[in-house]
Amino acid sequence: MAETQTDTADTAGGPGPEFPMPRAAGCPFAPPPALEELRDASPVAKVRIWDGSTPWFITGHAQQRAILTDPRLSNDDHIGDFPHVSAYRAQIAPHTPKLITNTDAPEHTRLRRMVNGPLLLKRVEKMRPAIQKIVDDLIDDMLAGPQPADLLTALALPVPSLVISELLGVRYEDHEFFQHNSSTALDRDVAPEVARAASAALSGYLDKLLTEKLASPGDDAMSEMAARVTAGEMTHTEAVHMGVAMLIAGHETTATMISLGTLALFQNPEQLELLRDSDDPKFVAGAVEELLRYLSIVHSGLRRVAREDIEIDGQLIRAGEGVVVEISAANWDTKAFPGADRLDLTRNARLHNAFGFGPHQCLGQSLARVELQVVYSTLYRRVPTLRLATAFDQLEFEESGTTYGVRSLPVTW
Amino acid sequence: MHVEVDEPKCVSAGLCVMSAPDVFDQRDDDGVVILLDSDPDTALDEEVREAAGLCPAAAIRLVEK
Ligand code: SF4
Repeated sequence: MAETQTDTADTAGGPGPEFPMPRAAGCPFAPPPALEELRDASPVAKVRIWDGSTPWFITGHAQQRAILTDPRLSNDDHIGDFPHVSAYRAQIAPHTPKLITNTDAPEHTRLRRMVNGPLLLKRVEKMRPAIQKIVDDLIDDMLAGPQPADLLTALALPVPSLVISELLGVRYEDHEFFQHNSSTALDRDVAPEVARAASAALSGYLDKLLTEKLASPGDDAMSEMAARVTAGEMTHTEAVHMGVAMLIAGHETTATMISLGTLALFQNPEQLELLRDSDDPKFVAGAVEELLRYLSIVHSGLRRVAREDIEIDGQLIRAGEGVVVEISAANWDTKAFPGADRLDLTRNARLHNAFGFGPHQCLGQSLARVELQVVYSTLYRRVPTLRLATAFDQLEFEESGTTYGVRSLPVTW
Repeated sequence: MHVEVDEPKCVSAGLCVMSAPDVFDQRDDDGVVILLDSDPDTALDEEVREAAGLCPAAAIRLVEK
């Protein structure tokens, strides 16, 4: 015990362990064991990242909620020792324009209010029937196709791309072009030049779409941005960038939640049964929150920098020092979620940090919630015999991306 | 319970509406919180507390009566 305490003191003041940490071989859903140990010993500590720098590392649930709402914490990646996620991001940071991701209030608040109209809860709720149709059609196609199917390509990836094309106002005739290029642009297995060509095709498409909506607006996000362009509140380029950002941000995250979530339910059949048998939208909504908590797919740590000195948990974070906030550690913090290592769809998991917390909390969270509620309440009910078509230990997990997920999910029924 | 909102802080995450739709709404164009009822019925206390706890921008202030 005494030894552990010395270690703790070391970790808090010294250089600390490396981040990211390796996961345990046994459970693909659990955060790395070293991460959980560190959180329980010192929820505010330091880690070493790729460039050798040693930012603060916030892992406790309460500590994360406190620091992420602290106005002295900044997203401005131009100041101090901002802990960039990679060499590439460090390199492009000085050239990135002001976006909602790298600004603070009041600029951040202004930018965010400019673009969030189409993602508001009430607006997204109106899309529910359209999302239901997208999901039902994809399940029909999967059932009509060969077995086993890859759930990733049959459902997990097309759902967010079809939903976002609906939201942005992509014409139905263009759906296929749009969906093909968005999945190619995000596919880790294609050659870089193929992915680049696909993203160029998409920005070109969104550019053209914006021009069309300027001339004849409809009831969609691109038309709304077109109106802001006309009013002089946004430039044409900003609107196109925002369209591309919305397209990309919602893709991999939602796809991962669908595929990894299904795998987690396969591994917890009694929980899967609860979802399959429930027709209570409240239960489904709660189940989605619990899956968001349990899977905590965004695993590379939220990156921030202190603008002023911040005292937290007896530690002093000095102005200019970097801060990394690791979500899965907080979402598995037993102080906030008793028995956190158990997937329990009946628990109240709403206070999870899966979408982040503070003013930068995910802009697309309402859309993600509705997409996941529709998928989870439809898929297992419509395909009650759905099961894994391969041995569990044959599955490959993606560890290097922004999100942690499964590379493919062969299913049969 | 008395409820106050700090409009300039609000980042339009909509979690208050999700938790307590009788007390909070959002402006259509930019999603800024609208306080429908600053002194809601005590039956709504739990919902309102959850809304305040979920608000990522700490834009909701509760004064217990
Ligand atoms: S939860 Fe907070 S930030 Fe979100 S709309 Fe309500 S008051 Fe605004």
